[in-house]
Amino acid sequence: MSIVLPRKGSAQIGAFILILLINWLVSPQFFDLRLQDGRLFGSLVDVFNRGAPVMLLAMGMVLVIATRGIDLSVGAVMAISGAVAATLADSHSIVICLGAALGVGLLCGLWNGILVAVLRIQPIVATLILMVAGRGIAQLITEGRIVTFTSRDLAWFGGGSLFGVPAPVVLAVVALVVALALVRGTALGLMIEATGANAEASRLAGIDTRLMTVAVYMWCGFCASLAGVIVAADILGADANNAGLWLELDAILAVVIGGPSLFGGRFSLVLAVLGGLIIQAMNTGILLSGYPPELNLVIKATVVLVVLLLQTPRLIAFKDRLFRGTR
Amino acid sequence: MNQAESEASDLLRIRRLSKTYPGGFRALKTVDFTVRAGEIHALLGENGAGKSTLIKTITGITLRDDGEVWLDGREIHPRNGEEAQAAGIATVYQEVALLPNLSVAQNLFLGRQPTRFGLVREGEMGRRSRQLLQGFGLDIDVSAPLGEFSVAVQHIVAIARAVDLSAKVLILDEPTASLDAREVEVLFTVMRQLKSQGMGIVFVTHFLDQVHAICDRLTVLRNGGLVGERTVAGLPRMELVRMMLGRDLEAVETARSRSHRDTVVDRGAVPAVQAVGLGKHGAVAPFDMILREGEVLGLSGLLGSGRTETARLIFGVDRADQGELRVDGTSVRLLGPRDALRLGFGFCPEERKTEGIVAELSVRENIILALQARAGWLRPLSRKRQDEVADRFIKLLDIRPDDPDKPIGLLSGGNQQKAVLARWLATGPRVLILDEPTRGIDVGAHAEIIRLIRKLCDEGLALLVISSEVEEIVSYADRVTVLRDRHHVAELTGDEVTEQRVLTSIAAT
Repeated sequence: MSIVLPRKGSAQIGAFILILLINWLVSPQFFDLRLQDGRLFGSLVDVFNRGAPVMLLAMGMVLVIATRGIDLSVGAVMAISGAVAATLADSHSIVICLGAALGVGLLCGLWNGILVAVLRIQPIVATLILMVAGRGIAQLITEGRIVTFTSRDLAWFGGGSLFGVPAPVVLAVVALVVALALVRGTALGLMIEATGANAEASRLAGIDTRLMTVAVYMWCGFCASLAGVIVAADILGADANNAGLWLELDAILAVVIGGPSLFGGRFSLVLAVLGGLIIQAMNTGILLSGYPPELNLVIKATVVLVVLLLQTPRLIAFKDRLFRGTR
Repeated sequence: MNQAESEASDLLRIRRLSKTYPGGFRALKTVDFTVRAGEIHALLGENGAGKSTLIKTITGITLRDDGEVWLDGREIHPRNGEEAQAAGIATVYQEVALLPNLSVAQNLFLGRQPTRFGLVREGEMGRRSRQLLQGFGLDIDVSAPLGEFSVAVQHIVAIARAVDLSAKVLILDEPTASLDAREVEVLFTVMRQLKSQGMGIVFVTHFLDQVHAICDRLTVLRNGGLVGERTVAGLPRMELVRMMLGRDLEAVETARSRSHRDTVVDRGAVPAVQAVGLGKHGAVAPFDMILREGEVLGLSGLLGSGRTETARLIFGVDRADQGELRVDGTSVRLLGPRDALRLGFGFCPEERKTEGIVAELSVRENIILALQARAGWLRPLSRKRQDEVADRFIKLLDIRPDDPDKPIGLLSGGNQQKAVLARWLATGPRVLILDEPTRGIDVGAHAEIIRLIRKLCDEGLALLVISSEVEEIVSYADRVTVLRDRHHVAELTGDEVTEQRVLTSIAAT
């Protein structure tokens, strides 16, 4: 008996399809699509639409994790940028509003990057600072209230559509394409992977490892702020207390599901984004099934446990032994 | 002392110990090693000589392939540190492996606290700790956290703990590396005391002064093989240095068949690289150095003499805090390796695994890394160009297996070394610094790398080569700078470049 080992990524694609099929069993109209007011609706569209923020966070987080880092502040950054966008939306043009919200995200990333790369604070501690402080900053911006806005320009980022595709999905796809072009179209991907796999050897080879580290945290901050804008635009307001709450954990889970290791090095943007979709597909499935949403957390944890177990060296060795035995 | 008597007083006797690591590197080749009761025995050798592997096989951390370990007349087979400890072999490593946040007493009795009804008897533990340390001439507050004391005190606590576990043999792995002169004296007092109690002490160090100060006998290892065992008293320092770095004299004479290359170097021209009073406090004393194109400058000296530190200053890995570096006569300030790369420098570091290869990346990516770093992230090398470069150097240096997409971590040491060399050759450097380019690689690759060094030099590169192998360095160097105790102490040129002269300079006091 010979077993063809899966190609890279086929496990994640398989898991995604499996979850979609389960959702279909639970809710037979899952794959139904309908066009209404020039915008697609349906459960499957919902998976992508609701999943957009986590997809964005995952494509930021995956690069940070590739450099052996982690960014716990992305949820807080979402709250800050959402607060900035909502506060400015009705008084300023969309360009200034958006520029400020995304600029704040880049600044947050710069702050994290400097703490990690220049001051050499452990990433988990360094980003914890902004995770805690960030929500406070967001509350200061909104003065403790839920700031609502009426700007239709900003609202487009949550509820609008382009050629029938919901705006959040468009934004996530555009961000992914830009990220792929930046990382794989230039030498950045190689340099980030080298930095994560062996920072000292990379530095001796002439790579600016410090710049790479700062750059990935800034990119992560940018993605988080875009996710924050989408969430704020979706509810037509900024809730500093709850926007992006715990989403940093979803982002890390997405990267873990999509990528091989938290120890840096090789990474895949597409698989991390797929990891985000898998998480959202589970969320949607549980909502559709009518089970209590509390179950969601337990199921999510179980799926992550299974994925991690499948990547454990001991289990892989055991599996290889098993395969040799049957051959 | 006759044979029978010496056998009788042997406490630790090791015969024909061999160890080959996965990947085929022979770390120990049928090594004999004997420690007597009541002696301090120095274990000497450069990096990669096999000292660590020998200690690890004695203490059971690494399992031996072949050979015998006898302790006090019984053969032992420890499979881990605890079993070796139980058998009577105590080890104190260079980095103290205790817990700095616990008290001294807790550290001494960790895992074997005196208890009554399951509760730790703090008072009893403190009393016995004080008693134990007073035996070592140490009167300190045993309830204070260990981390508050100096490294020397921590070492003595570690020794006290190890010895209190009924040890017969005590292994000290470079305990003096981080101590100052006074602290070393405190440690020596303790060692003499233990020796007078009949313990056998193995003392790993690379400070020759300390060997003469305290040791009775010594054993020298080189490239995994036994060079010899000597009594320290009356052993000339020159002889000791030769044991560590040189081959025996007859072999050297035949090896010196090389005629010095006809000097084509224009000594009057502006040197490619010139260091003037360059130095860094705590790393290497200010030195002058000239490096010309088409010339090999060798750096020789014992471990810790400042060889690697010199290379790191010139490549900008560490920043010099005094002096100046000139390239083509112009003063330059290197803020990091990237600056050196732009000037056309290359550097193959000594620590191949931690500073050389990026294990996860493929051979191809490792080879093009510096070339890509110089081009910048905005100008990626096309896949076609990458393949061309990788294929060219895989062929040129005969890197095996010749699969450019294999992760480099899976290659043997010699092939990894060649790939790191290829990384720099691909940038077309004019100055290449090689730190121990032949360390830990097999004989075939060794010869190839030396051939390559000569060829590069003929092609007009300026080469700075560091090596512990003196006969190797004199075979290709045009000039040799000798380092001792972080100072550049001698420069040998022309006919002076002989193994004898290099060894004499290293041994001089």
